[in-house]
Amino acid sequence: MIDKIRSADRRRVNMLTTVGDRWRALTKWQQALGLAAFVALLYYLPLLGIPGLTWLRTDSIEGGNNWAGVLFVCAIYVLVAIGLNVVVGLAGLLDLGYIGFFAIGAYSVALFGSVNSPVVKWIQQEFNLPPTWAVTWAICLFIAIVLTMISGVLLGWPTLRLRGDYLAIVTLGFGEIIRIVARNATGLTNGPVGISAIPGPEGAPSPDNKVFGLIDAKPWYWLAITFVLIMVFLVRRLERSRVGRAWLAVREDEDAAAVMGVYPFKFKLWAFAIGAALGGLSGFLFGSRNAFIDPTQFNANLSILFVAMVVVGGSGNMIGVSLGAVLLAYLPERFRDFADYRWLVFGLAMVLVMILRPQGLIPSRRRARELKDRAAEAEEAPAHV
Amino acid sequence: MHFDELIGHLGQHTVDGLSKGAIYALIALGYTLVYGVLRLINFAHSEVFMVGTFAVLILWNQLGVENNPPVGQAILFLVLGLLVAAAASGGTALALERIAYRPLRRKNAPPLIFLITAIGLSLVFVELFGQVLPKLLGGVLPEAFGRPRQIVGMPTIIQQETLFTIGNTAITNIQLIVFVAAVAMMALLDWFINRTRYGRGVRAVAQNPETAALMGVNQERVIMLIFVLGGIMAGAAALLWSMRFGFTQNSIGFVLGLKAFTAAVLGGIGNLRGALLGGLFLGIVEVYGATLFASNWEDVIAFVVLIVVLMFRPTGLLGESLGRARA
Repeated sequence: MIDKIRSADRRRVNMLTTVGDRWRALTKWQQALGLAAFVALLYYLPLLGIPGLTWLRTDSIEGGNNWAGVLFVCAIYVLVAIGLNVVVGLAGLLDLGYIGFFAIGAYSVALFGSVNSPVVKWIQQEFNLPPTWAVTWAICLFIAIVLTMISGVLLGWPTLRLRGDYLAIVTLGFGEIIRIVARNATGLTNGPVGISAIPGPEGAPSPDNKVFGLIDAKPWYWLAITFVLIMVFLVRRLERSRVGRAWLAVREDEDAAAVMGVYPFKFKLWAFAIGAALGGLSGFLFGSRNAFIDPTQFNANLSILFVAMVVVGGSGNMIGVSLGAVLLAYLPERFRDFADYRWLVFGLAMVLVMILRPQGLIPSRRRARELKDRAAEAEEAPAHV
Repeated sequence: MHFDELIGHLGQHTVDGLSKGAIYALIALGYTLVYGVLRLINFAHSEVFMVGTFAVLILWNQLGVENNPPVGQAILFLVLGLLVAAAASGGTALALERIAYRPLRRKNAPPLIFLITAIGLSLVFVELFGQVLPKLLGGVLPEAFGRPRQIVGMPTIIQQETLFTIGNTAITNIQLIVFVAAVAMMALLDWFINRTRYGRGVRAVAQNPETAALMGVNQERVIMLIFVLGGIMAGAAALLWSMRFGFTQNSIGFVLGLKAFTAAVLGGIGNLRGALLGGLFLGIVEVYGATLFASNWEDVIAFVVLIVVLMFRPTGLLGESLGRARA
């Protein structure tokens, strides 16, 4: 059975490499054309109607098809996966508290943008502003990114000097701390009651909003996918810059990197801050789409789901992690009848992928080679555990 | 801030903290043993504990235990519970090692891959006991698995009573039993690791795997042994938990495991006596903190302690060692 899986897997990998090689063999303008077609398809997706694939039943909206809503979730999860990939895949730091940054992003638009939030009420009182006043959406976006970056640095500063597995547990604790603070600090976050009336690009949710309403998710998806494309572009530039090479060096051998003049702590902190900002951006979109958030939406299981997206997809490879994110967001919605079992399936998928092919579904070529090296070393020196 | 409350009942809070910390310490041993030998965090250890509580629950249900049985029966139920929980938890830990960790060790996988596997396993166990078993066994064992993901109550084996009071500090029978039993289990383990032939093997592998192998220590057997020992300690913790709190749930392992891990790091991971010290210390800090602020901040305190310890003294209070210091 396992042999069968292995050989099927090998065939799949061969196919992937062939596709990759062909793509690289194309001329520059052919590639550009291909990319443009793909981007156009991404924008067209919510209008697509393929029975079975795009028909996702829901009772909450008219027509009963939540395809665009699910696409929106896929898009913000891809954003999360890209951000976490910078931390886990490129810099090699396991972050189990990513939901914390997601939550900070969501809470920053809620706290500053909603008229129901204690923070906005306090500002209104202090400065004698009208009760309808709140920070505009675009400024909230800025606040969300700055706040999450700062929190990434604050968490990273004391903890990034630790060994990798300690770091994982500390970040897990961080995610829980954020959730518990959101629940207990009622004066700041309304606690378990949550915050409603979170604004979108057109301001607070109301029936007058023409584009970004509560019902139609398509504009939200287009907004999210635009952010995704911008971020993919930026992160790709970063990955291929000096910073990106420094991350890979630190991941593969921290001491060797330090000897070569790459100061590991600095680059790890950068990875943490950038990853955090992407998580925050994703949380920001989640908050303003939902228009309502409460602490129960940010539990630790989601952090583990995020890590699963990255490792199942193929950590270090942006296409891989995006695929992982889309799969893990889409499949549970498609197979609603088995929704009870989805965490079980995620857990099993993580274990199986780690044991059978730790480099993930679409591996980064570099990472795959690294793992192979280690396995070869193990065969040479069997006593080494 | 309730300083008056804390100072006024300092003794009481200390006793509460000690009996709480004793359970953390028992679970922490599992992390410490595995870390001491393999330098890996067995993240799924919290689920080993959870399986133990379910084993106790099922046993007591099958025996038809009712609230407040006579003393003789109560002791019998507790001893049986200890055996069953230790067997279930030890077996689970061993299965984890064989099925998941061993193939990874063969491939010399990086530590993060172990950790991710362990997280996946932990999720699988939580879901098994929260979803799959209730569906499969809901009819056979309705008391244990009747309601998926819900808290399941257990019969009270020992009625909580105040045994004696020192000043304004009341010590109850349950607190005393939990504390004494936990310390006794730990003393037993300490003796086993430091005084027996098998223990010597464990220390040898912890110190230097290659040399230990050359001296004829069977490394695989040592690794199995530490997983089983950690599992047995988690089983004992599961029994004490069931006796003291009288409930379980598929998700109790998560926070408890994090706290036990904190305790292990606090005392110096890889150090058996450190686990005891760290567990007790964390228990006390938590109760003090919960009194000072409010009880809903309790979990935050543990994580803050963890971050502070790792920042200022990452080797813990007693330093990392299993066999290293006193080999």
